[in-house]
Amino acid sequence: MSSAPLVQRSALQWARAELFSGPGNTLLTLLIAAALAWVVPKLVGWALLHAVFRSDALACRAAEHAGACWGVIAEKLRAILFGRYPFDQQWRPLAGLLLLLALAGTSALPRWWGRWLLPGWLLALVAFVLLMHGGVLGLAVVPSSRWGGLPLTLLLSLVSLALAFPLGVLLALARRSPWPVLRSLAATYIEIVRGVPMISVLFMASFMLPLLLPSGWQLDVLLRVLVGITLFTAAYLAEVVRGGLQAVPAGQWLAARALGLEPWQVQYFIVLPQALRAVVPALMNSFIGTFKDTSLVVIVSLYELTGALTLALGGDPTWRPFYLEGYLFVAAIYWLLCFGMSRYSRWIEARLTARP
Amino acid sequence: MTPDAAGGGTPPPARRIPWAAWAFQAGLLLVLLGLGAWLLSSTLDHLRERGVRAGFDFLKDPAGFEIGESWIHYESSQPFWRAFLAGLANTVRVAVPGIALTTLLGTLLGLGRLSRNLLLRAIATAYVELIRNVPLLVQLFMWYFALTELLPASGEALKLGPGLFLSKSGMSFPWPLWEAGHFWPSAIEWPEAGELNVSGGASVTPEFLAVLLGLVTYTAAFVAETVRAGIQSVSQGQWHAALSVGLTPRQTLRFIVLPQALRVIVPSITNQYLNLTKNSSLAVAVGYPELVSVANTAINQTGRAFECIAVIMSVYLALSLLTSALMNRYNKRVALRGGA
Repeated sequence: MSSAPLVQRSALQWARAELFSGPGNTLLTLLIAAALAWVVPKLVGWALLHAVFRSDALACRAAEHAGACWGVIAEKLRAILFGRYPFDQQWRPLAGLLLLLALAGTSALPRWWGRWLLPGWLLALVAFVLLMHGGVLGLAVVPSSRWGGLPLTLLLSLVSLALAFPLGVLLALARRSPWPVLRSLAATYIEIVRGVPMISVLFMASFMLPLLLPSGWQLDVLLRVLVGITLFTAAYLAEVVRGGLQAVPAGQWLAARALGLEPWQVQYFIVLPQALRAVVPALMNSFIGTFKDTSLVVIVSLYELTGALTLALGGDPTWRPFYLEGYLFVAAIYWLLCFGMSRYSRWIEARLTARP
Repeated sequence: MTPDAAGGGTPPPARRIPWAAWAFQAGLLLVLLGLGAWLLSSTLDHLRERGVRAGFDFLKDPAGFEIGESWIHYESSQPFWRAFLAGLANTVRVAVPGIALTTLLGTLLGLGRLSRNLLLRAIATAYVELIRNVPLLVQLFMWYFALTELLPASGEALKLGPGLFLSKSGMSFPWPLWEAGHFWPSAIEWPEAGELNVSGGASVTPEFLAVLLGLVTYTAAFVAETVRAGIQSVSQGQWHAALSVGLTPRQTLRFIVLPQALRVIVPSITNQYLNLTKNSSLAVAVGYPELVSVANTAINQTGRAFECIAVIMSVYLALSLLTSALMNRYNKRVALRGGA
């Protein structure tokens, strides 16, 4: 087990403690260093030195996979980022994307937290959907079947999380309610949803909802999938929130009741704020999970980031051999966003615990 | 924790539930039942319009589609239930070795993250952070593409070791031969590389391999975090105390730390096993014919979405409930007894 250093160490002492503290440790260090010395140059050679950066299919073929073909991304960038959205209208998803990212950036900083957050986000989402769909301000209508790429990924995750969060809180409260019928309904729902794979829920949204709803009520496939992801995510969030509720000592409830607060006031002002604060990291993990899970909608033919890539490269024999580079690019986008979120959650958690 | 905190933030149970609460719950139940009935009636209307019959009787009809690979004997003239069974067998075939390999890799990575050696720690951490933050589906697609497009053709299969060949058409490995009526295998069949392909031994398809590798590498990152958190949950004082009464580090790990760490690790690792099994449903995207993939084909062929989805959901649900029942028994056994 590593223990915290008690005194300032010199670089040499540090290396000795970390890398060469005994014969076993030294051997391990040498083995790993040898493996790295073998792998890293190959990787650098493939990814950088022998790579083709121009959008030149002939040069890429000539490299014969000895070097990466990053040209495929230069060639297909817009198709990967925006899917089948009409080419000359792609400034609209781009503007929407920038709007959402800018808003996410500003609302991440605690100094700008305030009452504007909720209406701000609602307004931005409405503006985003109007921008994508068109039909106002002289924008041509683009049906949701043509939406795709990164904007669709963000839309699916943001909207489903925004709807699933309050639903999850309600489910968690219901599951801990003293009323037996309510409690068992919530528990049944949560356990069923958590027991099945997300694909089966997406299949339901895609194949079964059209059968379930009467003819006059038919929903567009994007909305159906949104309903599916929301209902699925809510069950997971409910369990996270329940964990937080359990962490709030019973004395809080009793004290608040003794002060004369009504039960709903106790939940809203006393219990929930403490419960949610306690589970910030777990909530963030769920958010990241949902963000990654939106990639599954490609299976029911919605072309978000992952799907847009398969559309862009799958049907093009010239660039198809360089799928791997395309996947790496998409993986890098997901990684940046997910890793960013998890780092942010640690930072926020530290802030919240520093100032209870 | 003080004794009165044991119940968590539970509102203390009211002595009697007021009649208004009962009325509310009855109303809620009625609304839900009404909603269910309304959806059911509109579903039946739709099915009548489309001329689709409802019910599970189709399970006895011949399926009429082939399954790429199957553990149990199956051909297209056999009924649907048999196709579903073959799909389920394929799910098990990828989940069981997947769980075993994930446990191994995840434990090694988890221990690596706690290693004294800086390089090992850095590599394990980089692995976990890299893998956890990319969707499993993207990783599956990558594995599948690499295994089917970037590997050499079957005639020039890569030799990974004695009797171990890897090519575009899958992996071949040695397999014992049994004679009828014997308990021990009589011989081991070794695969041989020929001019055009690799023959003999046992082999797995690239689809299977892609799903297995994708699931194992992905889930191992989560298992590693579980293992690390479990070991770290045992306080340093336990280590110091055990070492000071004269136990060796190995004994301390075996008799003091591990039993306590397992209490934390086992429930959450079981969750990861369930996740792996549920995630095997993503195999539909690379064409490995497990349960969900078979059900997808059946839906496209018969239009009986409701029934096929019900089959998938009930199988997975049964699996989850079984696992959580076992887990509860385990938790009861290992939980701390006596005063809290």
